[in-house]
Amino acid sequence: MIHRIEIAVRPDLPDPRGRHVAAEIRELLHIPVTRVRTREVYHLEAELTAGELAAVVRELADPVQQVGAAGRLPADGFELAVTVAYKPGVADPVGKSALVAVEDTLGRPLGEAAAVYSSRVYLLDGVDRARAERIATELLANPVIQTARVERPADWQGSPPDLAVPRVERGGRPPVATVDLGGDDAALERLSRDGLLALSLAEMKAIRDHFTAAGHDRRRRRLGLGGAPTDVELESLAQTWSEHCKHKIFNATIRYREGDGEPRVIRSLFDTTIRRVTEEIDRELRAGDGGSWLVSVFHDNAGVVAFDDAVHLVYKVETHNSPSALDPYGGAITGIVGVNRDPFGTGRGADLLVNVWGYCFAPSDWRGELPRGLLHPRRVRDGVHRGVIDGGNQSGLPYGRGWELFDGRYLGKPLVFCGTVGALPVTIAGSPGEQKAARPGDAVVMVGGRIGADGIHGATFSSAALDEASPAQAVQIGDPITQKMMFDFLLEARDEGLYSAITDNGAGGLSSSVGEMARDPGGARIDLARAPLKYAGLAPWEVFLSEAQERMTLAVPPARLDRFLELARRRQVEATVLGEFTADASLHVTWGDETVALLDMEFLHGGVPELELEARWQPPAFDEPPRRATDCGEALAGLLARPNLASGERRARHYDHEVKGLTVVKPYVGVDGNVPAEATVFLVRHGSPRGLVRSEGVNPYLADRDTRAMAAAVVDEAVRRQLCAGARLDRIAALDNFCWPDPVCSPGTPDGEYKLAQLVRACEGLYETCRAYGVPLVSGKDSMKNEAVVGGVKIAVPPTLLVSALGQIDDARRALTLEPEEPGDAVYVLGETAGEGGGSEYFRYLGALDGLRPELGGAAPYVGRRPPALDPGRTLPLYRALAAAIGDGLVRSAATPARGGLAVCLARCAVAGGLGLELDLDPCPVAEELDDDLLLFAESNGRFVVTVAPGDETAFARRLAGLPCARLGAVTAEPRLALRRAGRVLADLAVADLAALMSEGADGG
Amino acid sequence: MVEPRPAPPAAAAGGALDGLDAGELARRRAAVRVLIPTGLGLNCEAETAAAFRLVGASPELVHLLDLLDDPGRLAGYPIVAFVGGFAFGDHLGAGFVFANKLRYRMYRPLVDFIAGGGLALGICNGFQMMVRLGLLPGFDGDYRTPRAALAPNDRLGYRDCWVRLRVDPDSPCLWTRGLDRLELPSRHGEGKLLAADDGVRRRLEERRQVPVRYVDEAGHPTERWPDNPNGSPGGAAGLCDPSGRLFGLMPHPDAYLYPFQHPRWTRLRRRGRAPAEGGGLAVFRNGVDAAAAALDQPG
Repeated sequence: MIHRIEIAVRPDLPDPRGRHVAAEIRELLHIPVTRVRTREVYHLEAELTAGELAAVVRELADPVQQVGAAGRLPADGFELAVTVAYKPGVADPVGKSALVAVEDTLGRPLGEAAAVYSSRVYLLDGVDRARAERIATELLANPVIQTARVERPADWQGSPPDLAVPRVERGGRPPVATVDLGGDDAALERLSRDGLLALSLAEMKAIRDHFTAAGHDRRRRRLGLGGAPTDVELESLAQTWSEHCKHKIFNATIRYREGDGEPRVIRSLFDTTIRRVTEEIDRELRAGDGGSWLVSVFHDNAGVVAFDDAVHLVYKVETHNSPSALDPYGGAITGIVGVNRDPFGTGRGADLLVNVWGYCFAPSDWRGELPRGLLHPRRVRDGVHRGVIDGGNQSGLPYGRGWELFDGRYLGKPLVFCGTVGALPVTIAGSPGEQKAARPGDAVVMVGGRIGADGIHGATFSSAALDEASPAQAVQIGDPITQKMMFDFLLEARDEGLYSAITDNGAGGLSSSVGEMARDPGGARIDLARAPLKYAGLAPWEVFLSEAQERMTLAVPPARLDRFLELARRRQVEATVLGEFTADASLHVTWGDETVALLDMEFLHGGVPELELEARWQPPAFDEPPRRATDCGEALAGLLARPNLASGERRARHYDHEVKGLTVVKPYVGVDGNVPAEATVFLVRHGSPRGLVRSEGVNPYLADRDTRAMAAAVVDEAVRRQLCAGARLDRIAALDNFCWPDPVCSPGTPDGEYKLAQLVRACEGLYETCRAYGVPLVSGKDSMKNEAVVGGVKIAVPPTLLVSALGQIDDARRALTLEPEEPGDAVYVLGETAGEGGGSEYFRYLGALDGLRPELGGAAPYVGRRPPALDPGRTLPLYRALAAAIGDGLVRSAATPARGGLAVCLARCAVAGGLGLELDLDPCPVAEELDDDLLLFAESNGRFVVTVAPGDETAFARRLAGLPCARLGAVTAEPRLALRRAGRVLADLAVADLAALMSEGADGG
Repeated sequence: MVEPRPAPPAAAAGGALDGLDAGELARRRAAVRVLIPTGLGLNCEAETAAAFRLVGASPELVHLLDLLDDPGRLAGYPIVAFVGGFAFGDHLGAGFVFANKLRYRMYRPLVDFIAGGGLALGICNGFQMMVRLGLLPGFDGDYRTPRAALAPNDRLGYRDCWVRLRVDPDSPCLWTRGLDRLELPSRHGEGKLLAADDGVRRRLEERRQVPVRYVDEAGHPTERWPDNPNGSPGGAAGLCDPSGRLFGLMPHPDAYLYPFQHPRWTRLRRRGRAPAEGGGLAVFRNGVDAAAAALDQPG
């Protein structure tokens, strides 16, 4: 039976949620709603007596601030009611918690069939029906996951309370089908497309040929299978072979040409650049005195580096772009909660320390056309923030730097980067924590949430461009609390040594996790009928591929299995034995006694045909802005108010900065806490002063001119930020995250050769810079189809490479920030500025000033011709000298000019310090003669702004002798940023005005 | 650095620990076992345990589900600390499902614990739970009737920012004795402290059961954002029961354990004004010393 319970804020108290929604309606939709009140509705499906129902209502409503009723609360006058409920099958964590409360209240379990479904009613005043419909669909409900119903008071009151619940009704289990691959090429391609398999013709043929041959296999025939794959087999292969999982482009053989030059053959970009740089650094370290601090790279869910005697550090950054485009909140929370499982599934399990995030969006004030079926960028932005805020905060993790960048091309797909740093014990239950291997005979155990149709085809879907037919079921909603409870249990199991291997159920679900783990023992046999389901009616292939969240797969030795399951039961975490690992070279999947898949391990992991691709580089031509006499003060003010440079503090404070009590340098610093830190610093364990340092570099605007310059610049920026915080130069590890437009030539992508050349050049730039700096790439991820079609025009994201650095500081108490601290301290600029305006925020500012708008899908004017160059032969000696000076305690604050150039960096320092800077830029180190504006706003690499106490200047100058370094002036008590050059005033602005400008731009973009 | 410094006996012990030598004081404090329930979405157990350890006590983490199975074990501890986090995601309201669990699964042992002289500290989610359950403000020995609530912040949503608190020197609260000002991070979405009615509000004021208030730069209690992060009337940031042994607050003393966690610590360091220890530790030391003094008394 279904009971309906309504809870509302007491009528005499303000309803903060209602007021918040009303403000959003007015601000975002420009509808002058006069009042909004909200009601929480719980539909409870269970057998209850009248007395029990009354007790539940009493308990659910807080007597101090709420009222509640079974059925409906009295309608206290409203004009329209909007009811927002989840669609069937969408995860409902609130309903899940409500069921716990109901059972606790009643003191009895309500049984397997009991459920609570949560929904919300918004009572609106001051709008007509048409506007209410708009509010419902454009703000309150996302049609991908929710339903919205608009009712007038008469309809609302004139009908009995709505008792409908979004129960999933799927009927019986669909049978396993055999897929006929006997058709012609067109038929195979159609099969791949219609089935959302994302397999190429060559791959379909490879699968067909494999099964035709396997049809003669005696074991296969004995198990009732023939010469065609079952749907379970085909789906598993499509999953395992997806770009998302196999990185086919990074492993392809590429013929790369520059212009009409001779082609060069690259066999696997991954092997020849990313893996290579890390292995070369590792070899050098091993040959040296200190040995290598790389513990585990490339083969696990995240990279592992040495930290101290007790723990290693683990780091992973992921993207969750396509799901966030369809359902920003659900996609983003799933992204952050999902990436937390990566360090947790690394080695035998790292506990989590710090989250990071970064987003690329189309401008929030976008007024042009939208891709059909996709949401307005402002809504995407708000939803993504809310999702990662809830996911991170509820996981109990602080964040260590976050950022936003804006460009019209991210309309094609928003990029949502989420990352997690973890701590892996050096020793777990007597053996090295990074070692894991399932052994034949170990039980295959699935732990955590149940399986539903959520996220089916997620991996193959993320390997395709978005269009209006993109599947709603590819969206999941992460539940951080269910996952936290699972992690708490698994940490206990880890420390007791109850399992031999662990991995995450992410993309591809069980097919991926079991398929991967089975590589060590050589095979596995699992029975899908044992898997716990959210509801009946799932086909075996759906159970195998479901990406239902909050699940890990473990290998548990038989001798530990009872203890493991007992502990799981005590912690109220579901753990199910699905089968066992074997050594028989196959992945054998059954449903009860029926074999539904028998996959050859070698074919599954090694059978995918290698791609052969063409890449051709042609340097693109872009306009320089016409030279002009810029008012530098005005330009600085204009730049600070641009969304890319604004202080994101207001949004960022919705994210936790210091849970765990380990934060030392927080994401926002300065006297008013409104300036982003160059890098954040965290302790790793209470009781030890050793800290980790978190920074990154990202600059897609440089990709337009040359991705090689982009790669060099972002590595350099990440390293510079590390140095600013006081990190050791010799212990910086990095992650590479590539988000690219489709780089494979096809009718839809005629410029694939160029985009692939951009990828090649980015990888080579990454190799060169990381090699020079000794920064190994310990983990990474690529996402290759970031685009959408709008009004017949393909909008592809600019090639975007995020380099995330993880550094170390021996004593976090010696960390630095960018805040100048004392009037009278000397201000130095280190590193040369060149006339490198290409890709700068300043050039885009000039473009906007000139009234130029980007073409749909194009770069914002002006891109310019000369992006920043990097010569590590010149920067590295400077970095070493600066690190030494910091080590000697000669530096009081350190900042690094990046986006917006030197002037923006100085402005941030002044705002952070609440002090003035009085500087003459004439002695500033330059590579060539420079106009004022380029000196102030060019984004040249390799530069720092530091302050030095007067008494330390001599020692500091000695440290920097022979390197590009100049004293420009001093910190002043009067809070003004006064920049002169050879007697001329370039800018003279009050620090309070700079701060106001920085906060002004935060809502634009 | 991160080691506990020898600190003077705090006022909370009411002089009972005065005159003890350092070794004896350390022994008394180490004898104070602190029960810290964990799990179910709580997440501040590590720093809360570190805080109690830094002031010399002996914290023990116990999974809440184990405690519910054997609630009698509460009796063995002089202090229970309800930590911050998101128990059950704060679905249905902050601290709600958590409080409900204790009410129906271990209410009796909890009341016995209080009646037996136990001390309790609730931080953030732990405080929300204590209020929801009725442990605070706990008028007339009634620890079951909710008389206050922590409503959503006036500016909706979770927010992390440091706040200034002023301590009421006349509050019976043992945990804040001898303290004047505190700076701590505030990190919550539901912290607006509402009294059930005017009678409750008056009584809270009369009995000085609001030991900490958000204050502005000048030190005056404030209802203005951002100095007051949630719009709490009168700037109320926490509550104690009439005995002063039960204390809950929204801001996090557990996130200011070391001097270098203050948001402007680099500047304080430079000017030689860095405190000797994190400003949150004094709260924990007060509670531990009060418990240590009580442990010492026969019966």
